[in-house]
Amino acid sequence: MYTFAQRLKITAFVLMGLGFIGLAIGFASAPSTVAEAQAMVADAHGGHGDAHGSEHNTHDAHVADTHSEEKNHDAHAVTDAHDQHHGDEHADDAHADDAHADDHHGEHLLHQLQNKPWAALYVAAFFFFMIALGTLMFYAIQRAAQAGWPILLFRVMEGITAYLVPGSIIIYVFLVLTGLHANHLFVWMDAETVAHDEIIQGKVGYLNVPFFLIRAAIYLLGWNAYRYFSRKFSLAQDAASAGDISNHKKNFRISAVFLVFFFVTESMMSWDWIMSLDPHWFSTLFGWYVLASMLVTAVTVIALVTIYLKSKGFLPKVNHSHLHDLAKFMFGLSVFWTYLWFSQFMLIWYSNIPEEVTYFLTRIDDYNLPFFGMVVMNFVFPLLILMSSDYKRSNWIIVMAGIIIVLGHYIDIFNMIMPATVGDQWFIGWAEIGGFLFFAGLFIYVVFRALTKVPLEASGDPYVGESERFVY
Amino acid sequence: MSSKLVHAVYDDDDTLLHAVKDVKKADYRIEEVFTPFPVHGLDHAMGLAGTRIAVMAFMYGILGFSVAITMINYIMIEDWPQNIGGKPSFSFLENLPAFVPVIFEMTVFFAAHLMVITFYLRSRLWPFKKAENPMPETTDDKFLMQVALEGDEKKLMSLLKKSGAIDVSIHETEHA
Repeated sequence: MYTFAQRLKITAFVLMGLGFIGLAIGFASAPSTVAEAQAMVADAHGGHGDAHGSEHNTHDAHVADTHSEEKNHDAHAVTDAHDQHHGDEHADDAHADDAHADDHHGEHLLHQLQNKPWAALYVAAFFFFMIALGTLMFYAIQRAAQAGWPILLFRVMEGITAYLVPGSIIIYVFLVLTGLHANHLFVWMDAETVAHDEIIQGKVGYLNVPFFLIRAAIYLLGWNAYRYFSRKFSLAQDAASAGDISNHKKNFRISAVFLVFFFVTESMMSWDWIMSLDPHWFSTLFGWYVLASMLVTAVTVIALVTIYLKSKGFLPKVNHSHLHDLAKFMFGLSVFWTYLWFSQFMLIWYSNIPEEVTYFLTRIDDYNLPFFGMVVMNFVFPLLILMSSDYKRSNWIIVMAGIIIVLGHYIDIFNMIMPATVGDQWFIGWAEIGGFLFFAGLFIYVVFRALTKVPLEASGDPYVGESERFVY
Repeated sequence: MSSKLVHAVYDDDDTLLHAVKDVKKADYRIEEVFTPFPVHGLDHAMGLAGTRIAVMAFMYGILGFSVAITMINYIMIEDWPQNIGGKPSFSFLENLPAFVPVIFEMTVFFAAHLMVITFYLRSRLWPFKKAENPMPETTDDKFLMQVALEGDEKKLMSLLKKSGAIDVSIHETEHA
């Protein structure tokens, strides 16, 4: 039995405390009036006052090859759906009424800066929730495939998926608050924007607050139900008498059903919770893309937790081959993530359709460092460091690569959510770091507390012998 | 120089694996083992050095990567500049996304083909080569272990028989 190490527990609480302070400062320093927002930006950038003009210029420079100026304005307006209605005005008589434009710009700026702490909270909450969810899927795949090697790691995975319950509650409360207009993250929730936006009007049948919340409830209940029953059968299998594998069979069956449910709902979840932040933009492989990010982070966290527990003398039967397999998954899934990231990027880059390409224009113009930095962290680094077979067996290399991968995928989620919610007003400040630390602390606390509940190695599974003898 | 080989034939891979370990333990030199299929852990038991083909694969990949970049830069940018996707920038870097699939394929192509060729050369395999296999049954259901006959002949024979060999015989080697 594992007992929660005192130092780790204190670390978790310190992280939560620091994170809470960071979030509190982030929320407290968000501006409440247009004047405050403009003053903040002016302080930070010095003479960013005519940002509107220069913003347009950068966009012009980038698309100017192929599109007329008129189209550029449209494209920009599409990016910032907040801006939609006055964006059209710009297209009609660009900058005719400067005072008017400034007014709208100021309001837009205010919304972005007010969104910032909320978006930071959302990114971190989703990121750690996604780790638990990815682990749940990885676990279900092993169950459905009747894989022999990971049996000894099942309790570790179940420990990580214990975060699913608090994670779900936090996400759902957040979505309800958003639905009640506590923030302006989802522009399609804003009636005034929708009234001026024909594209969103066409999607109202799907993108409306009640249906959005009902869908979210269905996903979360389904996932948590699987987590509850699979854990129950898994523990019951250990307690069952020798030769009785009925619980193992039940787990196999519900895992197969869960996977079907999961792959549909995961796609829809990624459309609802992330893609609809840019309601004009869509990508057909977005669900896969989020899935890849989820899986690679989840496997990395499984490896990190396993290495931590082994370093404390637990999990004696877990050998190098198990870790080697996890590292192979880290390597392979990193490449898989890159494949999807690039597939999405290349098609949109190639066709260069204004409605689609704005998604990447904002990311490359305003988020250049995180956008390309994430590719280095999530692809180039793991590719080179985890390619060698010997390196995959070295704990400290897995830990180092794992930390980079986890941070890289945090930035990946950051890049998915921030551009639509705070635009070019992003920076890694109190709220971002605080959000990350708070949820990291909560995650560590919940996961390791769950690990103390039952023995760390499953013993009753019919394949446990195969896992113990597992040699790569 | 008298170089004689003892051929021990087995009909089970597990028995063979244990026999290999026993012979190794008794300090005899195993020349070669012929099996109809790869036996897990056999290379380890025989004490063979790990393969270095992975290192070559990496270098071949880098070679393919460089060849692809050079090739595509020459074809698409220098020799006959092309308008790629309505973006006539004629710059390699700005058109890189369009080239990535080609670069990727060339990397895989070079790594895979050169690796196979290297493997054949290292294994001294080429078209129309006469089979070296001393016993054709080893391509069906038998396993053959060749042990160099050094020292006490009787002791080795009894060790091999005890290890579960269905047949043990002594052969003169063709090449000294």
